[in-house]
Amino acid sequence: MAARRFLSDLAAIFPSDRLLTERAQLIPYESDALTAFRALPRAVVLPESQDEVIETVQLCYRASIPFVARGSGTSLSGGALPDEDGVVIALNRLNRIIRVDAEHRLAVVEAGVSNLAVSKAAAPYGLYYVPDPSSQSICTIGGNVAFNSGGAHCLKYGMTSNHVLGIKVVLPHGDIVEMGGESLEGVGPDLVGLFVGSEGLFGIALEITLRLLPVPESYRTVLAAYSSMKDAGDTVATVVASGLLPGAIEIMDNLTIQAVEQSFDAGYPTDAAALLIVELEGEANQVEQEFVELEKIINNSAAYSVRSARDDIERSQIWKGRKGAFGALGAITQAYIVQDGVVPRTQLGAVLSEIDELSVQYGLRVANVFHAGDGNLHPNVLYDGSQEGMLERAEQLAGEITKLCVRHGGVITGEHGVGMEKRDYMREMFAEVDLEMMQRLSRAIDPRGIANVGKMFPGQGVPGV
Amino acid sequence: MLPTSQYEVQEAVLQSSVPLRVRGGGSKSALSTSSSGEAVLELSSLNGVLEYVPEEFTFTARAGTQLSEIEDMLAQNGQWLPFDPPLGGRGATLGGALAAGLSGPGRYRFGGTRDFVLGVQWVSGTGDLLRGGGRVVKNASGFDFPKMMVGSLGRFGVVTEVTFKVFPVAQQFSTMVLECDSLNDALEAMTRLSSCPLDIFSIDIEPPATLLVRLAGEGRALSLRMRRLGELLGDGEILLGEQEEDLWVQLRDFSWLSPGECLIKVPITPAVIPTLEARLVGEKSQRRYSVGGNLAWIGWHGDVNEIDIILSESNLSGLRVLGSAGAAWVGAPASAMAFARRVKDVLDREGKFLPI
Ligand SMILES: Cc1cc2nc3c(=O)[nH]c(=O)nc-3n(C[C@H](O)[C@H](O)[C@H](O)COP(=O)(O)OP(=O)(O)OC[C@H]3O[C@@H](n4cnc5c(N)ncnc54)[C@H](O)[C@@H]3O)c2cc1C
Repeated sequence: MAARRFLSDLAAIFPSDRLLTERAQLIPYESDALTAFRALPRAVVLPESQDEVIETVQLCYRASIPFVARGSGTSLSGGALPDEDGVVIALNRLNRIIRVDAEHRLAVVEAGVSNLAVSKAAAPYGLYYVPDPSSQSICTIGGNVAFNSGGAHCLKYGMTSNHVLGIKVVLPHGDIVEMGGESLEGVGPDLVGLFVGSEGLFGIALEITLRLLPVPESYRTVLAAYSSMKDAGDTVATVVASGLLPGAIEIMDNLTIQAVEQSFDAGYPTDAAALLIVELEGEANQVEQEFVELEKIINNSAAYSVRSARDDIERSQIWKGRKGAFGALGAITQAYIVQDGVVPRTQLGAVLSEIDELSVQYGLRVANVFHAGDGNLHPNVLYDGSQEGMLERAEQLAGEITKLCVRHGGVITGEHGVGMEKRDYMREMFAEVDLEMMQRLSRAIDPRGIANVGKMFPGQGVPGV
Repeated sequence: MLPTSQYEVQEAVLQSSVPLRVRGGGSKSALSTSSSGEAVLELSSLNGVLEYVPEEFTFTARAGTQLSEIEDMLAQNGQWLPFDPPLGGRGATLGGALAAGLSGPGRYRFGGTRDFVLGVQWVSGTGDLLRGGGRVVKNASGFDFPKMMVGSLGRFGVVTEVTFKVFPVAQQFSTMVLECDSLNDALEAMTRLSSCPLDIFSIDIEPPATLLVRLAGEGRALSLRMRRLGELLGDGEILLGEQEEDLWVQLRDFSWLSPGECLIKVPITPAVIPTLEARLVGEKSQRRYSVGGNLAWIGWHGDVNEIDIILSESNLSGLRVLGSAGAAWVGAPASAMAFARRVKDVLDREGKFLPI
């Protein structure tokens, strides 16, 4: 009865083509990029204005109906997984770029604007939005904010949080709050910092003020091939110790290289045990000087083949394989689970060889592609979902890898978020009192427990597994 | 109360029957001077570096550790905190820098205190010892309590230990000092620089119309970049070496303040500078516009109520940093303070710390 009433209230806000309730319409929303978890929501709404989002949240609050915000559904941790009793608020159409203020180096955008669209809008002014998750052409700023997403440039530039100046939020009880502003600085507690990475538990970001930076004038990108992972890792250590601060330092292992080369021709040497990409960026004279230093280091390393990009085309050729690596894994496996732990850089070698051992022990292949500069691993556990018990084994192995990262002084997620998938591993990282405090805060902000409930904190029962 | 361990901090919080004012090195007098009805919890004895592996670009230290000690340690390994943490030369501590949420001119390029803090250990109002964040340079696990503590002035809890990210220090620095004809000319020059690809490290404006532009990097490239800067701005005086370094140290330590002046931090955008300057010039104040026009430091030698009113009327919020005891926040309320109070009700149900 109450449910029917709720749906008719929704119908008063949304025309029928933007209120989805039929099974066939709901299926595309039953999971995000982590397809192992599935749940059909009661309804999906497609707001086109901030007011429609606010009214929906207010309605959910009055009726105590759970809601899940959804950007483009590219979450890799089940963050956008629907609640069976709830509504999905899909924000792709809330996508106005409100303004680009070049003088103040900022952009004000609605939550459903894609990451790349911000940089495109800023480009005519010589500016760009720095964080660049590999999914940047699809994923939304709202999703980036919820997960504090990263990308390949985090050592030098930080994550999403370091580039958000202000956020307008609709809280889970329907009130609007504006955190931060337009200045790089603030007074009072850093609430923007608290909201970013809160994974939808504190409400829905409607409008976000982003910091922009001048587009680097010049890039120098080097690709080096190694016959062992250790040699590649040692080179990273030397680069970092040299005092250089590259924009990106990335590594791919042989399995990933194979997958990439099968999917598109990035021209990677397929016999390499490890490929290292190092990219310098900045003012042209500065980059040239740094490049002399970098070339020395790479040439003195154990690399058996080195390629530097001479122009933008060669540069994007080098990056094409790296940015497409996740997608390319589809060519060599039916399915995979990607992990996202971070370890201290000095532990990379030890952790990678332990992952190798685990891989043999579990009889499952693991493809490694990672942000070596900041120690953020992405071990991909490959499995075949049609084989009895294999998904469970893959999940177990993935869990072992996550625990391994914490044991080596790291964290369970560097950029993909806890979501549904890693919530049980929060206990590896945090003590019971820490988790209790986070949950108390979450309950105070969301007293009816309706905002993306069931995510982030250890709990029972995962739908669809 | 002068705890020497986090356990003694827990004890002090549990025992206390009046709100606690947390004090680090006492370098920010307006924030650390107590009023009646409060007790001071002084953290200067809770000091020392706990972990520093230069290759990791991180360190962990107790909250009462002096910034100057950290900076010396980092410098020996060719590293630094690239945001000129204020008052380092006047005894400021790590925990104090974090809780006050202060960053200096270098914040312009790579971000400030909020962008370099990675992890915290802290004691809540219930006396629990908690952790947030991590010890690695990248992390998205759980709520970002470390950032929440930035600017919280010890109102949410007592930070007992912090982990920061650090960077390799730039090889050389060079600063151009440009005397412009008017404030508007200086602002216009700053705007021209805002989207130029020279990788500017800091931009400050000293009224009436002096523009200070700092570049950092490899030596040979630096002189070429300074030449490019000259082409953009015209010829200014070039500072190098010790003289150059001193200039920025003095700025971050506020050596320009006159005796008896109090200091107020006011976040702004460049657009408000002309009106703010017009409002304050001739008043009892000095101003420095820092971080590319995102921050006004006001040295005030009048009645605090007067500047409170001026800021309110300009719809600006301020934080009193140096001066006598009294309210920390002045001017218009900072954004979302009602939300901050809800957070505080959770973290400090018992009201063990000062109200916000
Ligand atoms: C091929 C591929 C490559 C990827 N590469 C990277 C990478 O390099 N780095 C990286 O960090 N991530 C990466 N990701 C993960 C993913 O793209 C990011 O987590 C992204 O931020 C999710 O954005 P989205 O719009 O798809 O959000 P969704 O997946 O729809 O949602 C993510 C979470 O955010 C919440 N949410 C969405 N919008 C809002 C809002 N407005 N307010 C509050 N909460 C909201 C959702 O409830 C959910 O919990 C990759 C994913 C894929 C599929």
